[in-house]
Amino acid sequence: MLVRSASASLARLRDEVGSVDGVGLEERVAKYTTRSIKKGAKLWGLRRAVSMIDLTTLEGKDTPGKVASLCRKALRPHDDENVPTVAAVCVYPSMVRHARRALGSSPIKVASVATAFPSGQAPLKTRLGEVRAAVADGADEVDMVINRGAFLAGEFARVQDEISAVVEACGAARLKVILEVSELETYDAIRGASFLAMEVIRPGDFIKTSTGKTAVNATLANNQVMLEAIRDHFLASGIAIGMKPAGGIRTAKQALHFLVAVKETLGDAWLNNTRYRFGASALLNDLLRQIEKERTGAYQAPYYFSEAAESY
Amino acid sequence: MDTDGHEPMTRLPITKTPKPYVGGAFIRSESGRTYPLADARGNFFAHIPQCTRKDLRNAVEAAAKAGPGWARRTAYNRGQILYRLGEMLEARRLEMIDTLVRFGVAAGAAAREVDAATDRLVYYAGWADKYEQVLGNTNPVASPHFNFTVTEPMGVIGVIAPDAPSLLGLISLVAPIIVSGNTVVALASERTPYPAVLLGEMLATSDLPGGVVNVLTGFRKELLPTFATHAHLRGLSAVATPEERKALRLGAAESVKRVHFSELTGAAWFRDEAESLYAVRDFLEFKTTWHPIGA
Repeated sequence: MLVRSASASLARLRDEVGSVDGVGLEERVAKYTTRSIKKGAKLWGLRRAVSMIDLTTLEGKDTPGKVASLCRKALRPHDDENVPTVAAVCVYPSMVRHARRALGSSPIKVASVATAFPSGQAPLKTRLGEVRAAVADGADEVDMVINRGAFLAGEFARVQDEISAVVEACGAARLKVILEVSELETYDAIRGASFLAMEVIRPGDFIKTSTGKTAVNATLANNQVMLEAIRDHFLASGIAIGMKPAGGIRTAKQALHFLVAVKETLGDAWLNNTRYRFGASALLNDLLRQIEKERTGAYQAPYYFSEAAESY
Repeated sequence: MDTDGHEPMTRLPITKTPKPYVGGAFIRSESGRTYPLADARGNFFAHIPQCTRKDLRNAVEAAAKAGPGWARRTAYNRGQILYRLGEMLEARRLEMIDTLVRFGVAAGAAAREVDAATDRLVYYAGWADKYEQVLGNTNPVASPHFNFTVTEPMGVIGVIAPDAPSLLGLISLVAPIIVSGNTVVALASERTPYPAVLLGEMLATSDLPGGVVNVLTGFRKELLPTFATHAHLRGLSAVATPEERKALRLGAAESVKRVHFSELTGAAWFRDEAESLYAVRDFLEFKTTWHPIGA
């Protein structure tokens, strides 16, 4: 049997799915930050961004009480009734049942990271067990990490088989596949990994940039690589995959830039929380702050809004 | 002609671009706007950045970021740094005097203003580790408690500087605010902004952490409403006209902002009455603690 080197495998993957023009890409995303979005359009974008948030707490010091208060924040982000609820609450598997209890019958989803988040370095059996446990506890959505070691070694079949196994373990739960883009190193690799994941997940499942646990997280550039992969995959297969940038999106202005990217790459069909999400904790407070600024005309102090959970 | 037969080149003038000092960096306005500034003789001097409410917002963010670290410094260290700012001003005394003269201050008065500004910094530097002893207290109470009052800085304070004296006025307002651990976003004189720009360069070399003092240039009419309503500013220290005072008070009421107006004019800025412990007290909060000591 022919043993192919990792770089040859990556090159072959690139030939299959196409490569990324890095310079053009960065120039393109730099333009997104220059769009003038004011007044009504801004308010629409801010509210829409709130409705797309996976309000996240992923810390060793998480407690049931902390998760419960996060859920209350998710249910009623602000006094203003025009502010929508967030899309989901994202927690560790051990916190799923507490989040489920706090959210009751509300439409807010409970998302759980699983598969030995954030490293993914556990036996497959353990990882699948974690997914089943989270779903059994009431998780509506599962955020898995891919096996980056296998990907970088060129063992793409193994990466896809593991994702398929997680899909099966999810049952009815929606799956989000975390590529951890900062560990994939090149735009071509991000595009390749996106396609590997999209080929085996179901319509309506997501691909996601990062765990939020590494130095570089979601950026406009790697978000754009993945959006274009979703577009190309959709045009080729007709299957719509969702997208979730996570980590490092802290300000309302950043969120609007990401929404511009979605609008101009995938169009209005992706501008809702069944196809686009923000994984964030601090972002919600800044969105509320800017919404309140639009309402009152006065810049607001950050301490008027509850402290967000750290990390992400 | 030199030995090669070339005309000696006329040296091109190298002019400085005045930039406000915000967050420890020298910025241009986010708007890209400037307004031309003429010196006292009516000659064009420079284009001054015309800062906007967004620049003010950014400056407040910078000040809020710098605040906790500045307030955590020891009082002694804050005193040292204020004194160091005095040293910087003293070292560039002649340059500052020239600048004031260029913008219409008489030579003798300019020297007096710069010296008074330096002395004022040293005066407030001295208060740094002393105001707490005077303003804080242990209070007699009729119960088994040790009851004491300590001061705390308020946070980010807005300063609206007078047109004259442009340097001494600005320093007299800023120094008592920052000595207690507050941070400042100041609006320089609209008519004579350049001394404040020069002061920014001294702030940058005075060991003062970036963001503790931020100096904006621009139009009062554009910026005062935002100074008044920005909820993150906890107080305002201003020299203002009666109409401006009304607008500032109205805007500040919404966020329950402390507003203090200076009544000083002309020569009064130079006198002892212009420097006082009470200027430090104006931007402090008092915290009283009841500590049980057993019956």
